[in-house]
Amino acid sequence: MSDLAIAVDGLRKRFGSTVALDGLDLAVRPGEVHGFLGPNGSGKSTTIRVLLGLLRSDAGVVRLLDGDPWRDAVALHRRLAYVPGDVDLWPTLTGGEAIDVISRLRGGLDRARRDAMVERFGLDPTKRGRTYSKGNRQKVALVAALAADVELLVLDEPTSGLDPLMEAAFQDCIREARAEGRTVLLSSHILAEVEALCDRVSIIRQGRTVESGTLDELRHLTRTSIDAEVEQEPTGLDRLVGVHGLRIDGDRVRFDVDTHELGAAVAQLSRLGIRQLASHPPTLEELFLRHYGDDVGAAGEEDEGIDG
Amino acid sequence: MSARFAGTGALVRLALRRDRVRLTVWVVVLVAIIAVNAQSVLSIYTEPELAAYARTADANATLVALSGPARGLETFGGRVAFEIWQLAMAMGLLGLLTVVRHTRHEEEAGRSELVRATVVGRHAHSLAALIVASGASLAVGLASAVLLAVQDLPVTGSLVLGLGLASVGLSFAAIGLVAAQVTEHGRAASGLAVGVMGATYVARAVGDIGSGALSWASPFGWAQAADPYTGDRWWPLVVPVVVGGLLIGAGFAIESRRDVGAGLVPPRPGPPRAGAGLGTPLGLAWRLQRATLLAWTVGAALLALAMGSVAESADDLVGDNQQIRDYLASVEGATLADVFLATVLLYLALVAAGYAVQAGLRARAEETSGRGETVLATATSRVAWAGGQLLVAAGGAVVVLGVSGAALGLAYGLAVGDLGEVPRLMVAAAALLPPVAVALAVATAVFGVRPGATAAAWSVIAVSAVVGVLGDGLDLPGWLRDASPFTPVPAVPAAPVAAVPLVVLSALAAVLATTGLAALRRRDIG
Repeated sequence: MSDLAIAVDGLRKRFGSTVALDGLDLAVRPGEVHGFLGPNGSGKSTTIRVLLGLLRSDAGVVRLLDGDPWRDAVALHRRLAYVPGDVDLWPTLTGGEAIDVISRLRGGLDRARRDAMVERFGLDPTKRGRTYSKGNRQKVALVAALAADVELLVLDEPTSGLDPLMEAAFQDCIREARAEGRTVLLSSHILAEVEALCDRVSIIRQGRTVESGTLDELRHLTRTSIDAEVEQEPTGLDRLVGVHGLRIDGDRVRFDVDTHELGAAVAQLSRLGIRQLASHPPTLEELFLRHYGDDVGAAGEEDEGIDG
Repeated sequence: MSARFAGTGALVRLALRRDRVRLTVWVVVLVAIIAVNAQSVLSIYTEPELAAYARTADANATLVALSGPARGLETFGGRVAFEIWQLAMAMGLLGLLTVVRHTRHEEEAGRSELVRATVVGRHAHSLAALIVASGASLAVGLASAVLLAVQDLPVTGSLVLGLGLASVGLSFAAIGLVAAQVTEHGRAASGLAVGVMGATYVARAVGDIGSGALSWASPFGWAQAADPYTGDRWWPLVVPVVVGGLLIGAGFAIESRRDVGAGLVPPRPGPPRAGAGLGTPLGLAWRLQRATLLAWTVGAALLALAMGSVAESADDLVGDNQQIRDYLASVEGATLADVFLATVLLYLALVAAGYAVQAGLRARAEETSGRGETVLATATSRVAWAGGQLLVAAGGAVVVLGVSGAALGLAYGLAVGDLGEVPRLMVAAAALLPPVAVALAVATAVFGVRPGATAAAWSVIAVSAVVGVLGDGLDLPGWLRDASPFTPVPAVPAAPVAAVPLVVLSALAAVLATTGLAALRRRDIG
């Protein structure tokens, strides 16, 4: 376990009668950028609050930087920085003051780095907390976190409300952080951002991890889309294992195929004589929709997912 | 014209829905206190006793300062009204807090932006808040009038008294509306309106003890000029309606000219970097609370100065009143001025306790806003975080009580030509610190153990105020008296300081605060 920056195993948390986390697993390796995905209300923020020692777990094992996040909260917090999903600033403090307070409470303020980040995100540090827009409040929290010399960044939807320019600045900062050997846990809904930044991702739903791995691994576990034109009448495809959503329009066929059955499907196509063939791997969005979109509340309830 | 008020009805319903518990509690509790108050006066006194009371009260500056002019005290009605006027400030609070809650607080939270983007007029929030606040005030006034009348008090007088109380609610609802236009913050608006209320209460007290002219500068004075049961004059009640209408018109005029979310004072840029003191939980707590502390300290000190300056007349008023001379003879070494000063000190201690509770509960506000999470995600322990807030609250309470005790001593000392009153009254004020600490410790304990019920911490202040203010006039049950942490403390400076209760109260405060902090370490944050 000690070779992981974050190791969560079978985490459970309930609030009254609501089950927020129902046996969640999460493994984040040191030095990686780990995407943490899930629909609204799936338990991402609850997990992060447990990792920060703000909430106490009901069951399960949680290790963070080789410590117990509940017991060793203060010592661990010297080594991490956090950006909450919904940033609320002290109304009477300026943004600059808020950044300095948070940094000093964490244990130190690197003035040069802080000023560079303020510059980079184009933040006006003289405005009072109450006068900032949502995007600017987010920037204050981001500057306070990214200016810190810490091993781990815990970011809960850090770019909601940022404009595309700032989004680019954020992505640069995360790449630099990884180059410096920092670990990043990035909860996000912006799939392009996750695809651009993350080495590995975990997808959770209803308090449970449904998939975890590199994007390539996840793609492999799912379906590839095929769009082809064949010379003969397209038969036999519907009998193949792993073919879904088959549509035949004259000599044109379109279908999705489980990636590990791709070979058989292509073999069948080539028997039919391929005139034109386009295939593309599933986008993260498709992965996502597959886990979010289908069967919320549909028959069975249980997702017989591909949970490793 | 009417477009500016579009949607008012829906907003009234929304406010009533949101406040169905809050307003019900306000109205029921106030009406119950008024009815019980009257009932106990009617059951305690016989007519000769009333006559005796009237002779002493007439000359008692403490009572006049607290209640109002001593009129018709030889009658049951006059005596009941004299008692009930002490609750007038609660009516003012009901009015102003309700209005600010549904105007500036909504605006500050951004909810009114959401609502104003629909078919809702510029003044709809304000008008709806005024309707709800006036409705609640009238409900208290009319229900009280009914419950007084059924206790065989004259119907007309009961109605005058009820409407007088309601007029106080209306006046301060209007003042709350103006305050809500001036500042950007709900809390600052409430603070401003409460400050105005305190000033007008003091104006009435000084007026009633003196010539009476100053009483006409106060909504409390207007209501009391209606003279329920003894005079039953209606025309003074026109004053709060006219002045309230003018204030509301002024509030609407400001509202038509300003931006949504803005106050009258535009925000200025601040320092781009934090000062050296702003790097510890204590430093942060101090920065967040210092403005509030200053406001409470100034308010309490002004009250103390006003009361200290009239304390001397407490002695003059007595004259050759044998009843009071006899009473003073029974309390060794006490002068009437000291009895008066003791009551004022108790009030100042209640103010300090109120400050301490609201300052102590700031930690909860930080927690629910998510800012506490930001701090606790740094290398700051929960105890250090909450402890910083607690320390500022405790130190602030010492400052509020210390400064106002000194102000009381200064004003009284100058009047009697003896500045030795300053240290004497500061020592007396110090004797009231342990019960203030208990109030703060209760707030801390609730915050730690039952964070969802922090409003319950105010019950200590409510009980202490009811027992301290009404205690002598009322036949309160023993357990209720014992529930006030101020009950065990002798009436300094009229009585000597006793060490035992102070030690016990201090120990109780320490235990409660420790319990709260220990529970905070074990619970979920958020």
